[in-house]
Parts: sequence; structure tokens; C-alpha cells
Amino acid sequence: MPQNTRPLSPHLQVYRWPLSMALSILHRATGIALAVGLLLVVWLLLSLAHGPESYASARTFCASWFGLILLFGWSWALFFHLCNGVRHLFWDVGYGFGLAQAHRSGIVVVVASLVLTGLVWACVLAQGGVA
Amino acid sequence: MSTPGMDRSNLRTPLKEVRGLGSAKSGTRHFIIQRVTGLALVLLVIWVVGFVLSLIHAGDYAHAREMLRHPFAAVWLIAFIITAFWHAQLGLQVVIEDYVHARLVEMLAQIAVKFVCAGAALAGVVAVVRIYIGQ
Repeated sequence: MPQNTRPLSPHLQVYRWPLSMALSILHRATGIALAVGLLLVVWLLLSLAHGPESYASARTFCASWFGLILLFGWSWALFFHLCNGVRHLFWDVGYGFGLAQAHRSGIVVVVASLVLTGLVWACVLAQGGVA
Repeated sequence: MSTPGMDRSNLRTPLKEVRGLGSAKSGTRHFIIQRVTGLALVLLVIWVVGFVLSLIHAGDYAHAREMLRHPFAAVWLIAFIITAFWHAQLGLQVVIEDYVHARLVEMLAQIAVKFVCAGAALAGVVAVVRIYIGQ
């Protein structure tokens, strides 16, 4: 069977991207990013187990501009994946499948993820920064 | 009357040929574990975010270690590490299944993801235990 010539689904090139579609692929992208972020969490724990110098250098990295960009990105990715994951769990038990409902819950997820990210970084700033 | 695909000299049914070859490979097990670990992570990660914020607030090394000496913190963190890497492996597995179409590369990627997730999870657990027992 000449499988290579058959069209692929979904036809990403011909759809006008609705919100749900963008959020779906973002769920994957943030999931992949968070898997990498988990490795950093383990690295932090290892540095804490290893000794004061390792922990200090791990903290210095986190407080660097590169570290801060990563942390900020990961914090939003976490809250987005968390909120959208809850949205998926509701779908899995059969709620919220209507087109209008799914669109509305998508907007809620985006707003909630931004608010939670803002709250966490407000806490960090109120404590005087990362390092 | 003979069943299609069934050899008269052989009593084996064609079912043998297809067992374990379904498109989902292992039925709904993967789907369910992905959801259950996800549900667990909703609870686990909220506490972890709070814990990380207080670690930042604690500042110095001794204080941070002291926070991990609490049994509740150690148990919760270990639960988070194991569940998060389990969930990550399941998610990455689906991504690789969907996008990597070369059989050998896919297989190697799946094995690599499993090794990294299992190894990192074990390293994380050992780190927490070492801090907890004060080593």
C-alpha cells in the first residue's frame, strides 16, 4: 500500500487556527519544556545534597539573566500545563465538549495561567528576588 | 467449512497472529496512568510551588536543608519527583510515537526517554533522602 502518498491528518496547513487548536499544541510544547525543567529541579536538589558551594552556584545560575528567563518561561509553562491539564480532565469525564464551552474554557486557561504566573513572580519580587 | 487464514493441519486460530498488535499497543492502560498521575500532580505541584517560594525566601544553604529535614516535605517531594517523571515519560512517549516515523530512531528515542526519566527520578529521590537523613 503506497502509504507515503496519502494525506496526513490533521491538515494543519489548511485550517484557520482556532484557539483550542493552538492550546492543544501548546499543551504538548509546555509538556516537553517542563520535562526539561524537571531535570533542573533534580539538579537543584543534587546541589543542595552536595554542599554549600554547589547550592550557591546553582542559585547563582538561577539568578542570572539566562536562568531568570528559563525560570519565568517554566513557571508560565507549568501553570498553563496545569490549568489546561485540568481542562483535559474535565473533558475526560465528559464535561465541556461544546464548541462555545471549549472556547470559553480555553480563554479561562490562558487568563488563569497568566494570573498565576504573575502572582508567583509578585511573591518572588516581594521577597527580594531569586538570589 | 474452514475459517479464513486457518490451516487445516494446524489447530491454532488466527487470533495468535494479531494479539498484542493492536493500534494502541496496550489498550487504555497508558491513557489511564497519564490521567491519574496528572490528577496527583495537580495536588503535588501546588505544594511544590509554595515550597520553592519558601526555599527562595529561606535564602541560605543551612535553612534550605533544614526545610527538607521535615518528614512531610521529604515525602511530598519524593512523591512529586516520581509522579512528575512518570507523567513526563508517558507524555514524551506519545510525542515520539506521533512525530518520529523512523522505527529505529523511534525505538532508541523511547528507550532514551525512559532511561533519562528513571535515572533523573532516582537521582532526585536519593538527593532528598540524603538531605533528610542529614548526610
